[in-house]
Amino acid sequence: MKAQVCLIDASKCIGCRACQAACKQWNQLPAVKTEFTGSYENPPQYSCSTWTKVVFREYNENGRIQWLMSKQGCMHCTDAACKLACPTGAIYHTDEGTVAIDRIKCIGCNYCAAACPFQVVGFDRVTNRAEKCTFCHDRLVNGLQPACSAACPTGSLVFGEEREIISKAQARVERLKYKGNNNARIYGLDEVDGTAMLYVLADKPEKYGLPADPQVPLGTRIWSAIYGPLRILVVIAVGFGIWANLTKNKELDKAKEEAQEEKE
Amino acid sequence: MTNHWIDYQHSDVIMAIGGNTAENHPISMKWIEKARDEKDAKLITVDPRFNRTAAVSDLYVPLRPGTNTAYLGGLVKYILDNELYHKEYVEHYTNGTYLIEEGFDFNEIEGVFSGIEDDPIRNAKKYDRTTWQYQRDENGEIKIDPTMEDPNCVLQLMRRHYEKYSIENISKITGCPEDVLEESYELFSTTGKAGKAGNILYAMGITQFTHGAQNVRSIAVVQLLLGNMGLAGGGVNAQRGQSNVQGATDMAILYHIIPGYMSTPQQATHPTLNDYNELETPPSGWWTNKPKYLVSLLKAFYGENATPGNEFGYQWMPKLDGRDHSHIAMYKDMSEGKVEGMICWADNPAVSGPTAGAKREYSSKLKWLVSVDLFENETASFWKREAGANPEEIDTEVFILPAAASYEREGNKANSGRWIQWQWKAQEAPGDCKSDLWIVNELFKKLQQLYREEGGTVPEQITKMHWDYDGPNGEVDIVKVCREINGYNVKDGSLVNNFLDLKYDGSTACGNWLYSGYYNNLEKPPTKRRIREKEGIGSHLEWSFAWPLNRRVVYNRASADPSGKPWNPDVPQVWWDEAEGRWKTNDVPDFNVNIPPRESAKIPFIMLPEGQGRLFSAFVNDGPFPTHYEPADSPVSNFLYPEATYNPISQRFYEDHVVETEEEKERYPYVLTTYRVVEHYQSGIMTRNMPWLIEMMPELFVEIDEELAAELGIKNGDKVAIESKRLYANGDQKSIEAKACVTKRLTPLMINGQKKHIVGMPFHWGYMGKSTGAVANDLTPSVGDPNTTIPEFKASLCNIRRVG
Repeated sequence: MKAQVCLIDASKCIGCRACQAACKQWNQLPAVKTEFTGSYENPPQYSCSTWTKVVFREYNENGRIQWLMSKQGCMHCTDAACKLACPTGAIYHTDEGTVAIDRIKCIGCNYCAAACPFQVVGFDRVTNRAEKCTFCHDRLVNGLQPACSAACPTGSLVFGEEREIISKAQARVERLKYKGNNNARIYGLDEVDGTAMLYVLADKPEKYGLPADPQVPLGTRIWSAIYGPLRILVVIAVGFGIWANLTKNKELDKAKEEAQEEKE
Repeated sequence: MTNHWIDYQHSDVIMAIGGNTAENHPISMKWIEKARDEKDAKLITVDPRFNRTAAVSDLYVPLRPGTNTAYLGGLVKYILDNELYHKEYVEHYTNGTYLIEEGFDFNEIEGVFSGIEDDPIRNAKKYDRTTWQYQRDENGEIKIDPTMEDPNCVLQLMRRHYEKYSIENISKITGCPEDVLEESYELFSTTGKAGKAGNILYAMGITQFTHGAQNVRSIAVVQLLLGNMGLAGGGVNAQRGQSNVQGATDMAILYHIIPGYMSTPQQATHPTLNDYNELETPPSGWWTNKPKYLVSLLKAFYGENATPGNEFGYQWMPKLDGRDHSHIAMYKDMSEGKVEGMICWADNPAVSGPTAGAKREYSSKLKWLVSVDLFENETASFWKREAGANPEEIDTEVFILPAAASYEREGNKANSGRWIQWQWKAQEAPGDCKSDLWIVNELFKKLQQLYREEGGTVPEQITKMHWDYDGPNGEVDIVKVCREINGYNVKDGSLVNNFLDLKYDGSTACGNWLYSGYYNNLEKPPTKRRIREKEGIGSHLEWSFAWPLNRRVVYNRASADPSGKPWNPDVPQVWWDEAEGRWKTNDVPDFNVNIPPRESAKIPFIMLPEGQGRLFSAFVNDGPFPTHYEPADSPVSNFLYPEATYNPISQRFYEDHVVETEEEKERYPYVLTTYRVVEHYQSGIMTRNMPWLIEMMPELFVEIDEELAAELGIKNGDKVAIESKRLYANGDQKSIEAKACVTKRLTPLMINGQKKHIVGMPFHWGYMGKSTGAVANDLTPSVGDPNTTIPEFKASLCNIRRVG
């Protein structure tokens, strides 16, 4: 389990996106060119330039309007599917309990992104590398909290010692239930053996755009069980990974060209 | 604000009305959440849209834009009908007991008070206020009825005035379902009990109407009735939408006031200093000190040139000609060729002004225009092809002065809670960018030199001005400015302690009496203090300086009963210690602590001559009781007063400018409201040059409810055209384009049996910068409030259609 975690109390999130901007600023991630497509949420995808974002969901059920917002990104799972899927050992748990990607070891096979139950690993086809939230590991080891929680004005994001955060989350859930939010719950305590990003949700996870029951894909687990003891296969896997990726790239490019031609 | 941000933690019920606090003042939510966590406080959001504040609220109250007075009037009636007002407070601390002249009346057909007459100069109506006065006995004392049963007493007149504001009627006007109205009224009225605090916070969704001042008055009336003024967690809290707009107002950015909220002299009524003092100084209340503040201001302006013999230079002070010179009026003058040049400083009216498209056209009548801004903004570029103009036809000479951003200069800022906090420079400004202070110093010195050398019209206004702010190395010495604002003794230059030291005889100079004391110590100026309170109620008296006199909650005498016992002993502002025979405080007292509690209880609202809160105010141009008027552009007629127009006192600047006929109401059937989003700022010129923010909010959009979208065949992300009467001329309807945001957060409202759709647009976009888009304010009307002329941005009519 983790020593220090971050609480994301979605019931206090006002969607101001200070966290989203702070992440880009601290990590010097470039802005993505976006369009307004009907939601306040933007950019549309996680990428090497977007590690975290506020997810907006709106509902009107029998006249009861809900506008749910929550900061989402890498959960830093204990049972991390990305780590299991990674054929080169580029993904690992740091001493602080966060999940990190070693840029040098990453070969861009994209298996981690595919395996992630939260779909929050970004993949850059230009640099051919996977990237995601680092939990501001550089700040953490220097005694600072992550940039996102430091920027949060409302107390939606709170960084702290795990036990304290869990009891805070439990108290908040009780309070939300008392106020009539019957579906209020903690999310990330039991899921994938616990995550360093711990949510308080006022409603069901699906309504926030989070998976109801996140799991490491079975395939990933089997794959990991096989290649784990047979290191030699890793090399083959690496080769396969590169090949598969290149093919996929070519196919994608081809498809894009075709689509473009059709448009014209 | 009468209170301050941190004080929100003490509120029991918080009503955010006409202010999207989570969106535009995110930090407020820290304290609101604290109140909800620790004392089970409730948050009510009253807004046409289910906005980001509504998303985290306990209760959401929808209402049609422009019906806040009706909503709050309904609350007043609910409080009175159910006897939920704080009786002791109303009796002792308000003018609820005062008797009003017998002739006072209200015409329920036309919706006007007694004394209405034509005002041909302003092309509107105005009031003769003779019948609005208090009844006085032979000694000039105001007649009161402590039982509040006299039919002419304010409380009874108020009951009569709000007779029609029933929940049923208010539902028909606002479109809010009756049960939601009642729930919100009931919840907020619980704060009428002693020991409970209700907080009303607002912003431009209250003020930007042709009846904006009436809206604010409504809030004040509610808060006085419930006894919520002066105490922790209560108050009338105007949330400022810019980090130093409070400071700008304090320093008289508006044309009708001079620093410290004194009226700008009028040539007709204030030709001499004596005339000003006689007319502007009330017989009682704190403003009896006004002459001291004015003379000290004149000494700050004109230095040694101001002497008792020359009225301290009063004759050099520019005076008003009786006409409106607000934004709308000034641009009208510009359109008529009456304005030769304009310095547009940190302002971008080509985007942020009402009927902005016309404003851009009028700018071409200027000979010269100076724009001081961080970036080349739309106002400075009105002549470009991007603006739709033909540069060949425009002769205006435009100068752009690059300004330093706020983090690139030092100085003080006043926040919404009146805390004047020093901000240190974080980094040097890039390139040739200079601080505003540097620019104004150089500009003035040059002007002074030219007027000295070449003369001009009344050159003394400039040449006699005391101007000595130069520092070493061509920089400005900001301490010299702070010193002058704080005030000093003329004889030896020593700093005055606070405004109690200011004199009428010219022996003191002070640039703004309200700020006096904020920089009264050169080594340790209070504005730079940063000491957190160890224990207390969050007043943090050693953190910066709050005007006036470092007071954190104004009118705090009203937080305790007449005997000095606090209404809420848990978080007392002040309390009388019977054993020790003295006041104890958690704040700087807003009353004379040297007189017995029963005496200070007679004048808890020390700024007013009568010393008591005004449920009825004869000092508002458009009526002593807030009254429901429709916005200028309204889809319906006034439900309460069948022959009422929109606010009759509001000046009609332009003919054929707002929607009047039934045919026009059909042509522009949707109610439009404009607003800001957290990702962008004001006219957007700062934030639309910031890629990280553009990424989050890339384009102008218009929010439309799902039902209307289906009706018009509009899908999310579609390009749509929006039209208003302001874009209609000579049979030609122009439009602006935006992306559609089809949302569940807006729902059609039933207005007196008719279904009406509300649409909303942020106003941040323009044609300059890295992210460009149409100017939403091209749609909005140039009409304003009769007290302030603040434009009616928040409610107008439009049509929408799909493009392509």
